[in-house]
Parts: sequence; structure tokens; C-alpha cells
Amino acid sequence: MTKQRRESAAADARSLGQDAWERLCANRMAQLGGVLFIVITLLCLIGPILSSQTSAETNLAYGAQPPSADHWFGTDDLGRDIFVRTLTGGRISIGVGFAATFVALIIGLPYGALAGYFAGRTDTIMMRFVDALYALPFTIIVVLLTTFLGRSVWLIFLAIGAVEWLTMARIVRGQTRALRKLAYIDAAKVNGVSHLKILRRHILPNCLGPIIVYTTLTIPAVILLESVLSFLGLGVQPPMSSWGVLINEGAKKIDIYPWQLIFPALFFSLTLFALNFIGDGLRDALDPKGTK
Amino acid sequence: MLTHIARRFLQAIPTLWLIATLTFLLLYLAPGGPFDEEKPVAPEIKEQIEAHYGLNLPLHQQYFRFMGNLLHGELGPSYKYAGWNVDEIIRQSFPVSLELGGFALLIALVIGIPIGVFAALRHGRLSESFLMSFAMIGICLPAFVLGPLLLLVFSSALSWFNPLGWSVASDRVLPALTLGLFYAAYIARLSRSGMLDVIQQDYIRTARAKGLTESRIVNIHALRTALYPVVAYLGPAIAGLISGSFVVETIFFIPGLGQFFVNSAFNRDYTLVMGTVLFYAVLILLFNLLVDLLQMWMNPRTRND
Amino acid sequence: MPDCFLRQTTLLLLIAWTAMWDVACAKKATNVERGNASKELYIGLGTEPSGLDPHITTGLTELYVLVAFLEGLATVNAETGAIEPGVAQSWEISEDGLSYTFHFDPKARWSNGDPVTAEDFLFSFERILTPALGAPYAYMLYPMRGAEAFNKGELKDFSKVGAQALNPTTLVIELEQATPYFLSLLTHNTWWPVHPPTILKHGSITDRISKWTKPGNFVGNGPFALESWRLNSSITAQKNPYYRAPETVGLNGIHFLPIEMNAEERAFRAGHLHLTSSVPIHRIDWYRENQPEDIRFDTALGVYYYMLNTTRGALGDPRVRKALAYSINREELTEHVLKAGQQPAYHFTPPNTGGYNTVAQLPHDPELARELLAEAGFPGGEGFPTFELLYNTSESHRTIAVAIQQMWKKELGIDITLYNQEWKAYLSTREAGNFDILRAAWFGDYDDPNTFLSLGETNNGNNHTGWNSPQYDTLLKQAANTLDPEARKAIFQQAEAILLEEMPVIPIYFYVTSKLINQSVHGWYPNILDYHPYQAVTLK
Repeated sequence: MTKQRRESAAADARSLGQDAWERLCANRMAQLGGVLFIVITLLCLIGPILSSQTSAETNLAYGAQPPSADHWFGTDDLGRDIFVRTLTGGRISIGVGFAATFVALIIGLPYGALAGYFAGRTDTIMMRFVDALYALPFTIIVVLLTTFLGRSVWLIFLAIGAVEWLTMARIVRGQTRALRKLAYIDAAKVNGVSHLKILRRHILPNCLGPIIVYTTLTIPAVILLESVLSFLGLGVQPPMSSWGVLINEGAKKIDIYPWQLIFPALFFSLTLFALNFIGDGLRDALDPKGTK
Repeated sequence: MLTHIARRFLQAIPTLWLIATLTFLLLYLAPGGPFDEEKPVAPEIKEQIEAHYGLNLPLHQQYFRFMGNLLHGELGPSYKYAGWNVDEIIRQSFPVSLELGGFALLIALVIGIPIGVFAALRHGRLSESFLMSFAMIGICLPAFVLGPLLLLVFSSALSWFNPLGWSVASDRVLPALTLGLFYAAYIARLSRSGMLDVIQQDYIRTARAKGLTESRIVNIHALRTALYPVVAYLGPAIAGLISGSFVVETIFFIPGLGQFFVNSAFNRDYTLVMGTVLFYAVLILLFNLLVDLLQMWMNPRTRND
Repeated sequence: MPDCFLRQTTLLLLIAWTAMWDVACAKKATNVERGNASKELYIGLGTEPSGLDPHITTGLTELYVLVAFLEGLATVNAETGAIEPGVAQSWEISEDGLSYTFHFDPKARWSNGDPVTAEDFLFSFERILTPALGAPYAYMLYPMRGAEAFNKGELKDFSKVGAQALNPTTLVIELEQATPYFLSLLTHNTWWPVHPPTILKHGSITDRISKWTKPGNFVGNGPFALESWRLNSSITAQKNPYYRAPETVGLNGIHFLPIEMNAEERAFRAGHLHLTSSVPIHRIDWYRENQPEDIRFDTALGVYYYMLNTTRGALGDPRVRKALAYSINREELTEHVLKAGQQPAYHFTPPNTGGYNTVAQLPHDPELARELLAEAGFPGGEGFPTFELLYNTSESHRTIAVAIQQMWKKELGIDITLYNQEWKAYLSTREAGNFDILRAAWFGDYDDPNTFLSLGETNNGNNHTGWNSPQYDTLLKQAANTLDPEARKAIFQQAEAILLEEMPVIPIYFYVTSKLINQSVHGWYPNILDYHPYQAVTLK
């Protein structure tokens, strides 16, 4: 591309970005989502410091008690403070959400891009492999990962990332495939630009929209998946907690100790709610007229 | 069309082979075996048990044996449930999962599509936000929270439904709701965005200019194209509904295949894991094919390949 | 407003709503109501049984079901727990205690009408002892002369094993040595008979992968017969008209429902079950307060303990092990966490096991624990390695582990990390000895201290502690050869004292089974082995 055309292309990109940002800000639900998410994240980071309670200390004789002055959200069966546990659990859940999504992105993006770009045989083989992995029992995979990779909480996000990258790859592949047929790609190829550069400069920036949207929507999906893992007993280990662990335990006692469910579930749901609406807002903003 | 179908069938074979092989490897690598018990068994006894099931053979021999059986269509006996064959188990429990999935899908469509369409038609107004927020309940509350919640209200408090089981017709309602609301949320979103895309299209403006009534526009022109992404989503949705029913089946005590799918992995019931994985794989491939065909029928322009 | 569309949707929703109402408002009788009327018991199992072959199954769940379909030479009186005639209506024991002669009840029949013969029992003994079957509990028959040799493949001729059929209704069993608890062994499913023609019809005598247990094939000699079996759904039993004493059977049928623990409790509350297999730990308080007449706590012959890997660094020092043991507040655990009336365990063998009560005790003494820890080189917990506590995934194990982790932190100042694995992975890790501290439990196979104390023996397959003591082994061998019960108990006391002095395992509490039982159920009595014959059960 000539210098002039490059500059005007950059200018276009900037104004498109600004355009998208304006649209996003005008979206009422996305705004609400954004505010909610920021508030919750801040609470999770700072909240536990504000409280005098800890998340791990048990008080067996005290047991499960409803909210009180000492324990703003009440206590669980071992007398642990739910306010602090919910917020520290939030750190884990949100952290795992971002981390796993990141893992899914770094694996899925290049994989999908390569598959979609080279198309033909390569694409077929690569995507068949993805199809095969899709069908594998998730339970076994997580069991294996937990056994081989040791006991840290970070392996949870590895396990989840190992599953989510498949859908990410599919999305990226679809986008790349559609774009590679464009005329200026052929022109670049004829000009002798390397494949990598084409991918980096022309294809990926144009896929950015759907990729950003999908990434944002993967985070709540991961948080949800972590809670399902907790249901299976494969989640985060005590005394650490995550929202998944808390709402699993709370759901069993919904009729006798409702506060054990209500507070973590509220945080959990509002976070998912917020992230989903931010994602939807991004989709509306970045891709208002295109079809999926 | 026929060549496409034939090609998909042919492509399915290596995929299924890959799935079988990968699953086999995963099971081989997983610690613990089907016959490990709390009170451990004398090594000689363990040898006998393993010999019975061919588990003491070297890896490649086990693999060929297993592959050979598969090619003959034999899924083998369950290792955990003595006396039961894998295909027997699948035959007994799949219809239940299918019914559950079917009702859940029905609920997802019946709730999701109208919400999404109405929200799109009220784009920019407060009612759109309310509608979409309501739809989000399914995504924001996982099944193991939604289920007990619904049970608390409709079963414990109001006594309208049994707390579990699959015997009476009304037993279908709460589980299907629990399972379906999640997909209802996605379908609502897709319907809304699909509808929004379509409404702003030129040909809709033309139809309006021609003076067609609003409902005709919605029903005939817009809806068909708007539901296109919903149809595309049906493939993964159906797969998810049928294989992801584990949580709902556990909470509501439903004898479906989902429980076997997950528990067989925990039990290291090698044959049952393999059988359910392959069964689901075939189903998913089949449903994806059907959905693709449906899409092609709805919009001939998407026929690529 | 696009009213056509609106109309269509509203109509659809209205139809759906009405249909739901119709269906929901139909009057339904609960299982309990129906069962009380037709005298059919609805019982929860907690999980699907892994099979109905008495020679292969190893779990309590399977026993719950099998006890309806099969009966051994002797049975247990539901109320008193005493040994009673089963298939054998009387027996004689030789003076040296090595030979038992059983006389069969002539009314004993299989559910297809065939009489139960001594040859049937021989066939069954041969089946479970044949190595090719791979019966995990074949060792329960080892007291019989030659059984161990036959099972290990050293003896090839089964006729040399100590069981003989004098005639179809007389069976003689010879023992290796006098075994005081032998009669109670006969009530265990490994000693139960199977119907030879049925076994052979569906495979060879040692065929594991056989369909003989399926409904329509299963033939048993118990009070009930297998009517239907749907995995993860139900197992139904119907009164067996050929049972030797049908007048003693108070029920017409039983429905076994393998419902998971939490759903099981919901089912009970809604009148869907007469009896559950357990009670979730967090519900116990609620039932105690609101429906105390529905919850039942019975001592069980089991101990919950932590196994210590004595080959791992500091855990090799008995002072460290004792420090860990002495600093746990078991009273707090049983009172505030477990809440079902479990007994804190200050020794390993549960109280009153076969009449044996341990004299030696371990103290609850955090002060002493701190001293011991300091002596071992970790004053105030400083420098103490961060060991890992492994338990299998379960809500209650987690709760207890968290509580104990905090106790150790508070009393000793040490940090222990928790780690859980799902069941099979846990078993595999345990078998490989790949742990620091491991949660474990042991339930007695029979009512005798030997089943507990043998865990400390050097070559015992369950001893993953890496600890052994030649003195301990000698004592247990001595006990096995002692006939006099009092002398025997005295030896056990010595052995257990060694165990508590060395502390390779930390006993925590003795099990209590908690169950929800509907008030219409009568004849369900406490039993430490959780053995409940259904003959005694009636519904009012």
C-alpha cells in the first residue's frame, strides 16, 4: 500500500473505532453492564479489606447464621463469613474468566486464522481435528488435566481454555475464510507479501470486530463453565472459593439457609448479566449492519 | 445436494475414527481403572479381572481389539454395570434424553423467539431492555441453581409438580424449563439481532413503502431471514441439550443418557465412555448436517463448498 | 403493533399454560400413600448399584438390594442382631471348633421352585473361589480349609477344599482354625448361594460378563424376587412365593430408587420415598428441629481417619504425628459439623466391636501437641513443611478437612494445603502411596476387632502408611491363634496401644448412619453393619 493510502486507511480505522465507541456508549444496557461490572470488580478487589472478617477462618460453634452486624452476608456452615468469601470468590471467578478466555484466544486465534486462510486440505484437516476434540468427554479431560498438571487453581483456567479455544477457532476460521477471497488480498499476494504479513495486516484487523465480541462473551461462558465444574467436584480447592463453589453449596440449602445462595448468586448473575450486555453492545457497535 | 450429503458422510468417518482414538488415549492415560475399589483387591485377583476384560494386554493390542469390535458394531459390556451392555444402556436412556431435549428446545423456541422479535421491534425503547434482561435469566442462572429454585416455588411451596422423576406428563415441565431457559436466552438474542439486521434492510423498507401491513412484513419477509441465525444455532444447541443434560438429570432424577455420559468417565467405565462419546459424536454430526441442509434450503446463497 | 404475530404467540402461550394447569392440577397420590396401601416399600439407594452378582459386588448399596433376593446359611435377626437360621435351620459345631454341620430347611427353595441344596452351596463356593472369576472379596471365605490355597491357584482340585455335601440337605464346612466369628461371616454376601442352572445357562461358572442377573433370568432364594430393573431409574422386587418362610414377610414388594443424596432428601420430603440411604450433612439440624421423628441415627461399625505417610519427611517422626492427632478438637467436629451424634474417636477400633472396648486413648491436648511439635524441631510450627491433605471429592469430607486444617493452623501454627480428587483418581493415588495425609475410612466386614486392627499389619493391602512393626504383626498373629475370647481381647488391647503410641493413622470419629425414615415404616432396626433384612419390615 502506498503511504497515502495507508494513512487514509488508518484514518478510516480510527474514525470507525470512534464511531463504534459512540454507538457503544449510547447503548443503555451496555452502559449499565459496564457500570455493574466495574462496581463488582472493585468490590471484589477492595471489599475484603474493608471487612474485619477473613475468608478462611472457621467458627464451628457459630455455624450458619443469617446476615448480622458482624457478618453482613451471614455465615456458612463452618461459620465462615460469606461477604468476604463472596468477594474473594469473585476474584477467582473473574480471574479465571479472563485467564481462560486469554488462553482460548492465544490458541484459537492463530489456529482458526491459519485454517481459514490456507483453506483447502489444511483447513479440512484442522477443522476435523476441532470437530473431534469437540466430541470428547469434558469430564475426562478435566480429570486428566487435574492429575497431570498438579493442584493449582490456574489449571482450572487451563482446562476451560482447552475447551473454549475450539469455538474461538471456529469463529476466527469463519471470518478469515470470508475475507481471504477479497480482491486486495489477491493483490497483496501477487505483490509477494508474505502470508504472515497478510494475516497480520489485512485479515485479522478486519476480523477484529467479531473476535472482540466473541472474546467478551466467552468470559461469562467461562465463569458459568467453572460453576458447572464445581458441580462435578472438579473446581477450585478449599479453602479458596469461587462463585461456582459458593452457589453450588448454597443451592443445596436454598430453603434452609437462603443467604448462602442469594448473595453469591446475585454477584454471579449480575456479573454474567453485565458481561453479556457489554458483549452485545460491542456487537451492535462494531457490526451494526453485517450479518453473522 | 446429494453429493454434499455423501461428502459429509465420507468426511464423518475419519472424524469419528479420530474421536475414538483420542478418547481411547485419554482413558488410557487417566489414573485409576474401572475395578479399583476402596478395599483394594489382591494383585492376583486384579490380574484375573483385567484378563477378563483384556485390560492387561499391551496398549496397541488393546487398541486393535477395541477398534475391531467397533467396526463390528459391538460396543461391548459396561465395565461398571455388570450384566448390562453399552448399547442396551444407550437404547434405554437415550429416548428419555431426547424427550427432555425436545421439550427444552420447544420451550427455548417458544420463549426465545417472541422475546427476541418483540425486543427488536421495540429497538431503542425501555421495553427492549426489560425483555432482553428477562431473557438473560437463563444465561445468568446455571441449571443447578435454577432447578432447585423452580422446585422450591413450584414443587415445595405450590405442590404443582413432583420434585423428581419422569413418570407423569407433568414431570417434564420443570426439567425442560431448567434446561431450556439457557437456550431461550441465546435464541432471544439471536432472534433479536437477526430481526434487527433484517428490519433495517432495504427490501423491508420497500415492502413498507409498498404499503404492506406491519404484521405481514414481520411474518412473511422479516421472520424467515431473521430466524436464519437461530437455525444456524440449532446445531450446537441440540447437541448441547442432549449431551448437557447431566445436571438436570441429576437434580430431577431423570434416567437419561447425560448421567451415563458424565458418570462413566468418573467410573472409568471404558466401554460406556466410548459408547456414549461415539453415540453423541454421530448425533452431533447428524444434527449439524440436518441444520446445514435446512439453512441451505432457507437461503440458497449460502451453498458454498 | 404487528397484531397477527402477537395474536399467534399469545394463543400458543395460552395453550401451553392451560395444558400445564390441567396436568399440574390432576390429583396425584404420593409413593408413600400408594406404597402404604399396597404394602410396597419405596427405598432410596443413593446411587445405582454396580451389579447384582453376590460374588462380585463389594459395596453396601448392592448389599441393600441383594439382601432382598438372596439368603445365606444363616441370617441376622433384624431386631437383636443375633445370628439366626437361614437356609440352614440348625447346625452343630465340633468341639475343636473346626467343623460345622448345617442342616437345611426343607422348605428352602429358589424363586423358580427348585429346592436349595447343599450342592448349590458347593457350586457357589467354588465359583467365588475360582481365581478366574476375580472375586474381590473371595478372602471372606479364607477361614474355610483350603479356600485360600484354591483361590490363589495353589490348590487346583476343589474337592479338597473344606466343604462337603453329605446329602442334599446337609452341608459340612471345615475351617483352617477355630474362628469365633465364623457364623457371622455366613451372613455376608460372599457366602451366599447362586442358582447353578441359571449361572450355567448364561455362561460358564466364572463368566463375569453374564446376563444371569437381569430380570427374567435372576433366580434367588430370598424373600423377594427381581421383577424389573431399569438403570438409574428403579429396581423392583416382588414377594417370592417360594421363599421358605413367606408368612414372615410383611411387604408385597419393594421399589429401590437410586436417587442422588440431595434429590433423595427432596424426594423424602415430598412423600416420594419411605426411606433414604443417607441425609445430607447440612440438613441434619433442620430435621432435628422440625421433623425429629423422621430422622434416625444409628451407630455404624466404621471409623473415619487420616492416614499418614510415614515415609514423607517430618511425618516419619511419631512426635509430629501425635502432635497432629492431639490437636484436633473432635468434640467440636462431631457436635457442630457432623451433628448426627457421631462419637469422637480417641482410639481406632469402634467401641463395643464384638464386645471389645479399647482401653488406650489418645488425648485432646493442644498444649502437649505444641510441646511435641517443638521437641520434633518445629517450635510454634516454624519451618514445618506444608504437607498436603488429600480427600476424595465430597461435601462432607471437604467440610471436615477445612475444619481440621483451621484447627491445625490455630493450635500448631502450621499450614496444610487441601487437595481433593475424584474417586478413581483418589484410589489410584492412594494405592501408589502418593500422598502426605490422606482421608480414609474403614468399615468392618464383620463384628470383630481383627477387621480393624489388621489394617496396621505389614502386608495388609490397605496399609499405605509405610509404617510397620514386627511386634504388632506378632501380636495379631497370636490373636488369630487364640481361642479364648478374653485372652484374645487382651492381645488386641496391646496391639492397639502400639498403634496409638506410633500413630501412623489419626482416628477422627466413629461413623453414625443417618437416614430419613417415614413413620409408616415399622421393623427397621438399627444395625452396626447396616444390615436390614426386609422380612421384618411392615407398613402401617
